Amino acid sequence: MWKCSVVVGVVLLLASIPLASQSPTFGVGRPPTPEDFRELATAIAPDGTGLPEGSGTVAAGREVFAAQCARCHGQKAEGDIGPILVGGQGTLRTPKPLKTVGSFWPYATTLWDYINRAMPFDKPGLLKSSEVYAAAAYILNLNGIIGEADVMDAKTLPKIRMPNRDGFVSDPRPDVGPKAKKPN
Amino acid sequence: MKNSKRPSRRQLLKMGAAAVGGGLLAQPKALAAESPGKLGIPLGPYGERSPYEKAVRWRRDTKTPETGSSFSPLQDSVGTLTPSSLHYERHHAGIPFIDPAQHRLVIHGMVDRPLSLAVADIKRLPSITRIMVLECGGNSGSEWTAITGPDVQRSYGLVSCSEWTGVSLSLLLKEVGVKPDASWVIAEGADACRMERSVPLAKALDDALIAYGQNGEALRPAQGYPLRLLLPGWEGNTNVKWLHSLKLTDQAYMARDETAKYSDLMPDGKARIFTYRMEAKSVITFPSGGQKLPGTGLYELTGLAWSGSGRIERVEITTDGGKSWVAAKLHEPRLPIAFTRFRLPWRFDGREAVIASRATDETGYVQPTREELIAVRGTNSGYHFNGMKFWKIQTDGTVRNVEV
Ligand code: HEC
Repeated sequence: MWKCSVVVGVVLLLASIPLASQSPTFGVGRPPTPEDFRELATAIAPDGTGLPEGSGTVAAGREVFAAQCARCHGQKAEGDIGPILVGGQGTLRTPKPLKTVGSFWPYATTLWDYINRAMPFDKPGLLKSSEVYAAAAYILNLNGIIGEADVMDAKTLPKIRMPNRDGFVSDPRPDVGPKAKKPN
Repeated sequence: MKNSKRPSRRQLLKMGAAAVGGGLLAQPKALAAESPGKLGIPLGPYGERSPYEKAVRWRRDTKTPETGSSFSPLQDSVGTLTPSSLHYERHHAGIPFIDPAQHRLVIHGMVDRPLSLAVADIKRLPSITRIMVLECGGNSGSEWTAITGPDVQRSYGLVSCSEWTGVSLSLLLKEVGVKPDASWVIAEGADACRMERSVPLAKALDDALIAYGQNGEALRPAQGYPLRLLLPGWEGNTNVKWLHSLKLTDQAYMARDETAKYSDLMPDGKARIFTYRMEAKSVITFPSGGQKLPGTGLYELTGLAWSGSGRIERVEITTDGGKSWVAAKLHEPRLPIAFTRFRLPWRFDGREAVIASRATDETGYVQPTREELIAVRGTNSGYHFNGMKFWKIQTDGTVRNVEV
């Protein structure tokens, strides 16, 4: 690996492209091993990059949820010790907005990513990939986003259009005071 | 007072007699044996504060105490540094127990030479030390819907200032060689929830640090031991603790904590995303809600100001509910993105007074009132509240939260 980068460096030098800043100066560390990666959660991009094999149905998700999630989130994800995961669509503009997976989250991939890395709260990492797909399918179904027969996998999940997909805008601050930018 | 060498009754009598005789200073020496001094406790390996000091962080009772915030006792703070033991906390899955010898930082994704670094590797590199404030994106969040924070700790206490030591992230990125198409860095922590945030590559290359030191020693476990990402001026949550992964990508990953959380819901139902920078803010810490002035007379009003955009240029104080403002004195040095303490002598004459502070930073940005904020952002925004805080000093000297 290091040999290879030295060769690349020499080639670049010969080509007199000023990329000297791209070559290592200190040579610390070592290439990551599979064990190093085992510690990391799989980060999932909104286009689905990173999603693993496996699949889950709404019915399977209902079982996973009852067994692993309901004690904190309630049988129907209505919330308990853990936050509510359903409802709230149409409330974001009201004085009492209810931000849930269904009403607020812009990407379904985030749901897979988050359940996989962080849930169940007291035993994260417990679920297999297919169980994560299933739990996500069940929560999406409870929110009326997918049908009972839909199956979630690496292909179908990123294609879901979440109700609040277009609900996010960039930050125009400073937005108050003498330096405020004009709203666009 | 028990341990102090107070003169005994007999001593006092004798001293009185001596005083009459005019020989007071010469006399008591030989009498010391009647109330001998007391040896202090032996030297110790790691210091503790005096048991008379009671300042502690405050947190809500909850059934899931691993996720939540603990608020720093700003009302008890002096100077500009927060002791590591009182630094505010916001965790989403508890504080992990990490053996630094087992911990590694993996830098991977769109890079030429993926690297796995031991903590010792990072400590070998040229270090940077800077004093820097950290503020939770949700600090003062409860003030959006109504100004209810009864004291400065519970309303403004998710902010702290430390001296941090670490390595410039741009240096590490040079070691791995970032591919030309990379534009984001996905940071991940080793806590139970594997906290994840997307950081624009420009910020990572600009002034980001991989910190291992805080206030002259290793980071505290609650502050990310052994490694923490520091993004000067940006909301606390992006400063990923227990950092073990940096993945270079060509897109933001839309993690839960940058979409569902830490985004600002506006009145039109849209939410602002990636509102990273914490804007200029200040608050009076003395006198503040819950305290009581013991009587009329001269006091020093004091408090803290900071800005995620740079130095504090000016702090003004009102004692008449915002009608008039006077410039407070700023303690030096005024470091960028750090606590700046301000003070102003003030005479309490027993009449009701409504006090507040207003900070201006080096960009010319002026800390707004809550009204100015909600005129633009409404009351459901939830995060990034930097409005002024008004305290009412009542005629009897008690200080209360007030909504102006
Ligand atoms: C021990 C209690 C507990 C269990 C069991 C549990 N959760 Fe959670 N869940 C929580 C808590 C607490 C949070 C909030 C975490 C935080 O503060 O970041 C949460 C957050 C979530 C969220 C994010 C909600 C939001 O709006 O941000 C989702 C989605 C979720 N859980 C799904 C699940 C699923 C699916 C399972 C089962 C596989 C599960 N949870 C099991 C306690 C639990």
